[in-house]
Amino acid sequence: MENYNLNYLKELESESIYIIREVAAQFERPALLFSGGKDSIILTHLARKSFYPSKIPFPLIHIDTGHNFPETLDYRDKMVESIGANLIVGHVQDSIDKGRVKEETGFNASRNMLQTVTLLDTLEEFKIDAAMGGARRDEEKARAKERFFSHRDEFGQWDPKNQRPELWNIFNGKKNPGEHFRIFPISNWTEMDVWQYLHMEKIEMPVIYFTHKRLCIKRNGTILAHSEHLNLRESENPELLQIRFRTIGDMTCTGAVMSEANSLEDIITEISISRQTERGTRADDKRSDSAMEDRKREGYFDLEFGFGI
Amino acid sequence: MIEYKSNELLRFTTAGSVDDGKSTLIGRLLFDSKSIFEDQLEAVQKTSDFRGLDYLDLSLFTDGLRAEREQSITIDVAYRYFSTPKRKFIIADTPGHIQYTRNMVTGASTANLAIILADARNGIVEQTCRHSLIASLLKINHIVLCVNKLDLVDYSQEIYERIVDQYKVFASKLEVKDISFIPISALMGDNVVDRSDKMDWYEGPTLLYHLENVHIASDSNHIDCRFPVQYVIRPQSDLNHDYRGYAGRIAGGVYKPGDEVTILPSGFTSRIKSIDTFDGPVEEAFAPMSVTITLEDDIDISRGDMIVRTHNQPETGQDIEIILCWLNNKQYNPRAKYLLMHTTKDAKAIIKEINYKIDINTLHRIEDDKILNMNDIARVKLRTTQPLFYDSYSRNRNTGSLILIDEGTKETVAAGMII
Repeated sequence: MENYNLNYLKELESESIYIIREVAAQFERPALLFSGGKDSIILTHLARKSFYPSKIPFPLIHIDTGHNFPETLDYRDKMVESIGANLIVGHVQDSIDKGRVKEETGFNASRNMLQTVTLLDTLEEFKIDAAMGGARRDEEKARAKERFFSHRDEFGQWDPKNQRPELWNIFNGKKNPGEHFRIFPISNWTEMDVWQYLHMEKIEMPVIYFTHKRLCIKRNGTILAHSEHLNLRESENPELLQIRFRTIGDMTCTGAVMSEANSLEDIITEISISRQTERGTRADDKRSDSAMEDRKREGYFDLEFGFGI
Repeated sequence: MIEYKSNELLRFTTAGSVDDGKSTLIGRLLFDSKSIFEDQLEAVQKTSDFRGLDYLDLSLFTDGLRAEREQSITIDVAYRYFSTPKRKFIIADTPGHIQYTRNMVTGASTANLAIILADARNGIVEQTCRHSLIASLLKINHIVLCVNKLDLVDYSQEIYERIVDQYKVFASKLEVKDISFIPISALMGDNVVDRSDKMDWYEGPTLLYHLENVHIASDSNHIDCRFPVQYVIRPQSDLNHDYRGYAGRIAGGVYKPGDEVTILPSGFTSRIKSIDTFDGPVEEAFAPMSVTITLEDDIDISRGDMIVRTHNQPETGQDIEIILCWLNNKQYNPRAKYLLMHTTKDAKAIIKEINYKIDINTLHRIEDDKILNMNDIARVKLRTTQPLFYDSYSRNRNTGSLILIDEGTKETVAAGMII
């Protein structure tokens, strides 16, 4: 008998495609949360594969904090045009202007927390019943138990004790009025799987994932990109560093790493010898061991990864 | 050089209570296979110091939600990941206490292999049996019994062999194809990743070596062709005006263009015109590939239908006998209709009869108790509103499994394996 074997990346791909198709089949108004980060790039790529030769049959939603890397927006617009996707942009600035949220002030001011409100408003405006995100279980301990189909009650709450058991490949997306789901099709992927898959598939990436010179400041052990959105302390002097980003989110809290990696192969080599997790570069994740869990309960939505309430 | 092209994925489950060293074993696998990053290591070192431990508490790598850290127990299935140059591993880490039978069932449902831990000081206990029986019920093909804490019994060959013999007697009742035994100390690292220098009498592989090499390619069914239609792709664009593709994940068998197929439930026959993917058409497709099938003839096919080989068809019926595990707090209501999901098909079902419950510690039948509470396992008869196309669970996990959903809360209340 022949050896019918799938390599693990193809098996992960197949599993994710299966889940994305389940979402399209089970829900009326699904959407894909696109942040411009590598995980949502993979997710978009998998969604294209899922429905080929059709276009992706649901919109991509991007929550624009107004503090995005310009390279991310360039990438987003080009990609959306090339694949003919429908893009919905929710602006945090609009939420601020409408008085829905209040701009943070101070040195560590960030719009990362504010985007939760913008996201929930956008989901409600477009009556989205299933929002797919690129979160993975390997990112953080509190995520190890997250489901593929993560249920939210009518108040948008995530209750770790009240998640539905998921058996085999059967995903229960049944819901009552007002309830909705967050769906994480690449839950089983690790950071390394993501990079290897990007390499295997030759997927084009935003340039800031690769090494470049940039004005940065160092704050609490994190390298942050200098920008007009960052409030500097007197002692902080921007310096030109050779860096790249391992994750991409809001400019004010996405940490960079010193790196010369110039290609996906370089990145894979770098990560395989790296001694830091990718979340280790995130300024907002360092507060306590339970930080993520607390924020999930509070209603924090980590947009870059699509996790949270 | 990037080597990933031929690496396989192995999914395994571990179960055990707080005391048998399960978290430590997983921590050890992650740590010794260099899957732990420096920032994680620092956090664990700090906590270990804070608690006044003079060693690194490996179990802290996997302790998850705060509730369980406070209670020092694992209250749900947690998934962990690591890889070696040979394989990628997904661990479904489940608690082993009797209250958590449903978690063990959940974790076991996707696993190729189960690691069962026994404490060398205690030998085979009730929990060892329960986990083994669940692994056997869920048709996990490979079991590894790790006799742990050998360091606490002076690495005694005699004690190890006594436990192995004890387990073999018990395991003769199980339907598991492949059972292996490994003496380890998760705490000290003996025979987990690195070979122990304290057990010269043991000549078998280390646990990691076994996980990397156990033969899993034949675990999928490549004989009975089953393709549950998941989604119909109709681009209706100028370029693909007449394209009609049936998207899904192959649940069994091998499909090739030209194959004669029958569509269930309509019974129409046709031939496969092409098997499409984003990366181009393929010459053959097998489980668990996600593909899109096009047919020679225009037939009305929708989600929930199944494309099968004409001469090898699944069972079709509305009266279905299953082994069921009740998963919900709310006990079974004999008057209720439940929603049922099976492959890509939805139906409704009632439980017509509870034949007997199963004592999960002994496999004995309980005939007089007809109430199903959370964690109960029973053999029951279902009646469905529509025919299902199914195989026995032992023949095919994908077409032999189903779930029941409460009509009111929409929660998943039961998991079923078709007999």
